[in-house]
Amino acid sequence: MRLSQGIPKQIEDALIMHRRGFLKSAGLLAVSLGMFGATAVEEADAQGGGVGGPYHDPDFHQVDSWIVIHENNTATFYVGKTDPGQGTGTCFRQLMSDELDIGFDKTTCIMGSTDITVDQVGSGGSTAIERDSWPMRRVAAEARRVLLEMGSERLGAPVNQLAVSDAVITVKGDDSKRVTYGELIAGKKFNVTLTGNNIYSVTGKAKTKSNPELKYAGQSIQRDDIPGKVDGSLIWAVDVKLPGMVHARNVKPPFACAKLTGIDESSVKSLPGFIKVVSKGNYVAVVCEREEQAIRAARQLKTTWEKPSASPFPASEELFNYMRNATPVAMPTSASTHGGAGESEPTPGSRPGVEGDAELRNRSSKPAAADSGIHVPPSRPPAAGNPAMRAPVSGPMVVGNPDAAFAGAEKIIEAEYQIPFQGHTAFAGAHALADPSNGQMTVYTNDMKSYSMRRGVAAFLGMPHDSVRVIWMMGPQGFGRSAAEDAAFEAAWIAREIGRPVRMQWMREEETAWDTKGPAFLVKMRGALGSDGSLVAYDFHARSCDYNHVGYNEPDTVLIAQLMGSRRAKQAVGSAAMPSDMYAIPNRKMVGEVVSLPSVWETPLRTGNLRDPNGPQPTFAAESFIDEVAAAAKTDPLEFRLKMIKAGTHDDGGFRRARSIAVLKAAAEKYGWDSRPSPNPTSKGDIFTGRGVAYAFRGQTVVAQIAEVEVNRQTGHVWAKRLVCAHDCGFVVNPESLRHTVECATLHGLSRALREEVRFDTEKVTSRDWFSYQTLRHADIPERIDIVLVNGDPNPDRPDLPPYGAGEASLKPMLAAIGNAIYDATGVRIRRIPFRDDRVLAALKAASA
Amino acid sequence: MSKIELKVNGRSHTVEVEPSTPLLYILRNDLGLRGPRFGCGLGQCGACKVIINGTATFSCITPVSSVKGEITTLEGLSSNGRLDPVQQAWIEEQAPQCGFCQNGQIMTAKALLDKNPHPSDAQIREAMNGTLCRCMSYFRVQSAIRRAIQTMAETSPAAGKKVVA
Repeated sequence: MRLSQGIPKQIEDALIMHRRGFLKSAGLLAVSLGMFGATAVEEADAQGGGVGGPYHDPDFHQVDSWIVIHENNTATFYVGKTDPGQGTGTCFRQLMSDELDIGFDKTTCIMGSTDITVDQVGSGGSTAIERDSWPMRRVAAEARRVLLEMGSERLGAPVNQLAVSDAVITVKGDDSKRVTYGELIAGKKFNVTLTGNNIYSVTGKAKTKSNPELKYAGQSIQRDDIPGKVDGSLIWAVDVKLPGMVHARNVKPPFACAKLTGIDESSVKSLPGFIKVVSKGNYVAVVCEREEQAIRAARQLKTTWEKPSASPFPASEELFNYMRNATPVAMPTSASTHGGAGESEPTPGSRPGVEGDAELRNRSSKPAAADSGIHVPPSRPPAAGNPAMRAPVSGPMVVGNPDAAFAGAEKIIEAEYQIPFQGHTAFAGAHALADPSNGQMTVYTNDMKSYSMRRGVAAFLGMPHDSVRVIWMMGPQGFGRSAAEDAAFEAAWIAREIGRPVRMQWMREEETAWDTKGPAFLVKMRGALGSDGSLVAYDFHARSCDYNHVGYNEPDTVLIAQLMGSRRAKQAVGSAAMPSDMYAIPNRKMVGEVVSLPSVWETPLRTGNLRDPNGPQPTFAAESFIDEVAAAAKTDPLEFRLKMIKAGTHDDGGFRRARSIAVLKAAAEKYGWDSRPSPNPTSKGDIFTGRGVAYAFRGQTVVAQIAEVEVNRQTGHVWAKRLVCAHDCGFVVNPESLRHTVECATLHGLSRALREEVRFDTEKVTSRDWFSYQTLRHADIPERIDIVLVNGDPNPDRPDLPPYGAGEASLKPMLAAIGNAIYDATGVRIRRIPFRDDRVLAALKAASA
Repeated sequence: MSKIELKVNGRSHTVEVEPSTPLLYILRNDLGLRGPRFGCGLGQCGACKVIINGTATFSCITPVSSVKGEITTLEGLSSNGRLDPVQQAWIEEQAPQCGFCQNGQIMTAKALLDKNPHPSDAQIREAMNGTLCRCMSYFRVQSAIRRAIQTMAETSPAAGKKVVA
């Protein structure tokens, strides 16, 4: 039996092989499929599907959809997640192996392909371990329970007389009486139906293990995807080749909101390999036999375009003036809102009723009242320093009496912070391969949301749901709503137009200019110091340029649809998130507004979820501002924070307050923080040195970061010499893998602090490559990074300590930590991201003038 | 179209293509190699790097007709089924996140260490600076290079002796 019908054998092998696990014989290229090559979960056959579709959804209520046990006593796990490179696939194997009681090395895990794995959305919102590993664990536990019952019958002993280890069941006290899982079930089905309203709550009768009972979870097992990435054997989504496949490249409008007025096909018709120019509305692409031919033809095709009557956006240097003067968008009561990677997805499964944290998200995602002008972000309950702020409210969120507090203040501090548009700029141009064989559509993609892509492509093409399937494979990054989605829709549309498998790839300048952007933020803040030097009132006023935020795989907002003229009636409002802090500030006012650019359709300045969407921006403002207030109070900035956190009286089930205190202390201890107020300009020659701290939480994951920077007074160059990140995400499944993810997200934050900014003139994005859109490089890397995994739970040994998300949180405070360190080093506060050399130099000069 | 001979990872190939075709597409689409990948097509990121005559080269901007000498790709680093010490160090340090750039990281590091088995940290940063990573795995990549330097020094016949470049 085949894994999935109609997938080329080498791709099927790749799906199995590269999740199979790290070979013990590290260093040897021994890759044998013998052990797992006989994988068999071909439900398509049984359900009437086959090579040409239809492609049914695997039923998440069936154990057989999640776990298959083979004759050789190995197991394959099928999960509806994707692993964009943070090791979650290995973690799923660790947890499921533990629950099933099978050796980790005897398992493999297949992820995220719509016709063979259940719909767990794919990736997003750092939910892989926190939320989506739970149904996997419960199903594996249930499979173990059922196998024990079967073993009991086979061995003639009651279940309580049986022991199970590494997929072998024995009778206690008589090891000769034994049976393996493979002997019990291989070649057969569990035929066990699970209960639960939806995929998040799906469960059997068995209980999951407590943390101390887990054997593989908690261990730093090497990631199973890395060997294939290092020896060149991995087959990525970019590598898929099909018979008859052709190559397509887009011809993008030369400026935003351009109207196509002519195509001169004769300009490319005689080129070698030319097949066709495909076009509809303002969408244009060229198809050729070979890749380099398509690239050349797309460059050479002559097209004419008409400019829009008005500029679609201000130039990047004017953006913040524009945002300051713009009228905020009114929030419709039934607006479609987006604010957190993953949270805008409809719940897979048919019935509502989501558990735990997800339920909190759902409840808080209701848009605020029409007159409020405020949007509470769906995923992050704001300002948990006071429970009154946890729930969505209408109007500005107010606690206490800020006006009176400001009126009686000893000292008032005001500041405005600016964060520009920043991009995904995935490492390779967006790409996908679409195969229209047999009147069906198979899309090979690295997009982290394969399931919504399947729905979106089906809707976009007007094809039945069951005629479309999406095969997820590895690719560059997966930090949210990337252009991988746009490329997949384009490939699918062209494939249907020309009736051949089409590989689409965006060129560098397309990816950098036209991918979805993280929105720009303008944040005004005001604080009132009391006579005792404490922050008695706080005013946070954020504006994000996030109107018409595109969601995941939406058939009406995906770029090709826009270019073909699609306009959604109700545009997604976007959000202006609040900072996450636990500070006890008696009087607060918090406002979040969204402003729109003049044009929001067919423009490269389209916003979409980018890793911790709308988290880093308000956090930069809020955590810089706290530092400014601490400086005004002549207090050590770390102690100032701790004092405000300790002053709070509320906590929650996740002990976020206690854990916030713990991570700040852990970061300070690791760094060797000495208590003193900032700034403390000290220089050696041209180099100033300073340190800065910042703190935030995302969901229940709490992060404190300390940066030590060197600032060159002659060049304005900032180097983060040392970084410390203390991180508490509850129970840790794979410490080394987690450390690496936290480290890379921390550096992603550093990149956004020091380098990243989308630049544009009044008609087009001018950031088009790795020089005009700069990111961190090898020379920028700190000489020391300490990742401290903290368990700050008041009872750190509790057996039910849950895991929380970890893919995004450590990106969040980094921007402010760097800004605070620059201030500490130089006495100059820079309130505009990124801290480019020229900007820092100008600020230093202005301060000394 | 012209016939062009290439020697890649010890094997000879003849391809019939436009001479100006970037080497990258020949390696990927005609010879079926997957190590070098398209990242930018501009010689800015390093995803496409191969080693030609000891130099890590951007195959995305190298016309196939201009190639003189043997090409080594990521797939060609291992010998007799054994990974190169650089690759082994990458696994031990668990260097990649998404891993898409790692071909460039590994090939650049390999070319560096072949020329200079004992680079300083500053030399590592300088040599690697044009090789980008969007997941920001740089810190681990640098650790992996240091680990490879150490293993190579321990296992080479001249172990213990400082090799002078």
